[in-house]
Amino acid sequence: MMRHIISVLMENEPGALSRVVGLFSQRGYNIETLNVAPTEDPTLSRLTLTTIGDDHKIEQITKHLNRLIDVVKLVDLSEGSHIERELMLVKVRATGAQRAEIKRCTDIFRGQIVDVGPSVYTIQVTGAADKLDSFLEAVGEAAIMEVVRSGVSGIARGEKVLSL
Amino acid sequence: MELLSGGEMIARAMEDEGVEFIFGYPGGAVLHIYDALFKSCKVPHILVRHEQAATHAADGYARATGKPGVVLVTSGPGATNAITGIATAYMDSIPMVVLSGQVMSHLIGEDAFQETDMLGISRPIVKHSFQVSRTEDIPEIIKKAFYIASSGRPGPVVIDLPKDLTNPHDKFEYNYPKKVKLRSYTPAARGHSGQIKKAASLLLGAKRPVIYAGGGVVQGNASEQLRVLARELNFPVTHTLMGLGAYPASDRQFLGMLGMHGFYEANNAMHHSDVILAVGARFDDRVTNTCAKFCPGAKIVHIDIDPAAISKTIAADVPIVGPVDSVLTDLLAVIREMRQADSSLPDASSLKHWWSQIDEWRDAHGLWVKPRYDISTPYIKPQQVIETLCKVTHGKAYVSSDVGQHQMFAAQYYKFDEPRRWLNSGGLGTMGFGLPAAMGAKLAFPDADVACVTGEGSIQMNIQELSTCAQYNIPVKIISLYNGYLGMVKQWQDMQYEGRYSESVYENSLPDFVKLTEAYGHVGIKVTQLSDLEEAMKEAFARKNDLVFMDIHVDPHEHVYPMHIAPNGSMRDMWLSKTERT
Ligand SMILES: Cc1ncc(C[n+]2csc(CCOP(=O)(O)OP(=O)(O)O)c2C)c(N)n1
Ligand SMILES: [Mg+2]
Repeated sequence: MMRHIISVLMENEPGALSRVVGLFSQRGYNIETLNVAPTEDPTLSRLTLTTIGDDHKIEQITKHLNRLIDVVKLVDLSEGSHIERELMLVKVRATGAQRAEIKRCTDIFRGQIVDVGPSVYTIQVTGAADKLDSFLEAVGEAAIMEVVRSGVSGIARGEKVLSL
Repeated sequence: MELLSGGEMIARAMEDEGVEFIFGYPGGAVLHIYDALFKSCKVPHILVRHEQAATHAADGYARATGKPGVVLVTSGPGATNAITGIATAYMDSIPMVVLSGQVMSHLIGEDAFQETDMLGISRPIVKHSFQVSRTEDIPEIIKKAFYIASSGRPGPVVIDLPKDLTNPHDKFEYNYPKKVKLRSYTPAARGHSGQIKKAASLLLGAKRPVIYAGGGVVQGNASEQLRVLARELNFPVTHTLMGLGAYPASDRQFLGMLGMHGFYEANNAMHHSDVILAVGARFDDRVTNTCAKFCPGAKIVHIDIDPAAISKTIAADVPIVGPVDSVLTDLLAVIREMRQADSSLPDASSLKHWWSQIDEWRDAHGLWVKPRYDISTPYIKPQQVIETLCKVTHGKAYVSSDVGQHQMFAAQYYKFDEPRRWLNSGGLGTMGFGLPAAMGAKLAFPDADVACVTGEGSIQMNIQELSTCAQYNIPVKIISLYNGYLGMVKQWQDMQYEGRYSESVYENSLPDFVKLTEAYGHVGIKVTQLSDLEEAMKEAFARKNDLVFMDIHVDPHEHVYPMHIAPNGSMRDMWLSKTERT
């Protein structure tokens, strides 16, 4: 059982996203994270999802995704070397001595404090999903008020591109 | 340049697409379209009595002809009534285009009268769907729908049409595209030559080969290629329920159907094979029995147009993605080349040993060698009805069926020698499919014999279509096997629930089917004696212009055999009668 990042180039049409999501629930595949947005070509959108499964299941997932008429191309990024990024916004309670502590932690993770209140910080952290997990662990559950994550995005390293 | 309204565009596009029949039912959201059909369309419309029947009739038409069936229904209840038929077509990969009305664009999402999210409801059971958002797009969307429905692995396509976009006052330029291209949809055109070579060497080295061919051979129009290849290799051929007719049943190399109610010789040949050539079949659970015990010694070559069908339940050793007709043609060419280049390769006679083993199985328990059913009871046997049907129609009829014991008897005992003659809901197993499907076939082939083999349970699921048959004079023959039970349910209750017939009995509530048929203006014949059966059936088919409902009373306690032993059984584990098992 491995985590896979599947990146899909699809028609930017109403209904396309629901077909992808529907496929997962219909066939009992799970989606860990999902994000979707238009690309430089406004007729295409790029959807990235992470899922967990053995080779057989992942093969079925990619085959069935490919079968959708709206899907132009897809790639399982985990099969090659790739860059993975996720963006996270965290609102934490920050008072007294904690303020410095949280600031230091944010620096270590190369995050940014993007909003400051008398007793709260809103922090932005980007990186691979496990880095974001580690940041949350470092800050500690007690301080965390709200977490928003974008879901994983990814791109292959080197010359390889996913395009028309 | 011609200006047409949305409704007129639809009517014209049907003509331009060469549609032969529209099966449908009107309602508020499609009235503009119906008005356009009334005013100008040359394509006949068949007004069914229930939208489910429209989809099954279009489906039966598509199965018999190979051309996409066309359905037109209104929004809301019209659309939802069509769902069962769309799912039926989807499961069996049948090309179909469904035009469904929708409330006016500005009302969508407001729970307007007769609004339903048809795209959402149908999403898991369509190959693709479109919602029209601009009238100008209608011709291109229709062309795309037909292209998608009938290319690659065929399937149903839904077009949702908001009412305002078909309004007669807004006219736009109409141009029906000759061709469409979709950048995101390119079905494989040829099989991979390297894979085909691998398959050829595997086949030539086989000592105990079997060809396992399914509905893909029928839908992919590859019967001829299959026949040539099988004969040249002298390989035995077995069919799935969906494949029947692709290889001629009366040929010696045909082993009958395989699977849950498959022939003893077919299931054994599969189990003991060393190489399986799977063509347009999908190793579904009604075939394989327990996957872990499936054909332990077999290497598998799997040809299919749909990559997702390959290695889904059973892993293929040599997968080949491509249209079955072209792949089989290429495969045969490679085999011929290989044989020419190397005369030491085994020829057809090398399978002598395998064939004598198969003939042994066939002699021991084959259904066509001699009657395997018990003829000591006073009843007509359902098997005898199908044998008689086959005899009277010379094995050449279009035969639709419903779902149940009668369906399995039809599959086992009607010897289909041609593809597209057996019209049957294999994947979804939809009771109520038979009569409307037969109507679709009869409309397509008015001179052919068309029979619907059904049960007194199934026929009541779309019996209202007797009225449609009266309106359009569609003289199909209904062969109803009256056993007084939901027979297949009863069989399972006999075998697994100690004969507790929970809700599989009608308690004297059944209509007099002869009178019922007569009430619709058709002919009814009741048969209770075996001695009357053949004559009555001959009379029914002699009445070329009458719909005849044959109400044939058969043994209420008969079971379908063979039957796979499950759970945990392999292909070769079967009940052969109520008392005998392998
Ligand atoms: C729409 C639908 N509902 C339920 C079933 C489950 N089912 C399968 S066979 C069967 C009994 C069919 O009875 P009948 O038509 O009389 O045929 P028989 O088995 O008696 O030949 C039932 C209820 C089904 N296949 N389709
Ligand atoms: Mg019955």
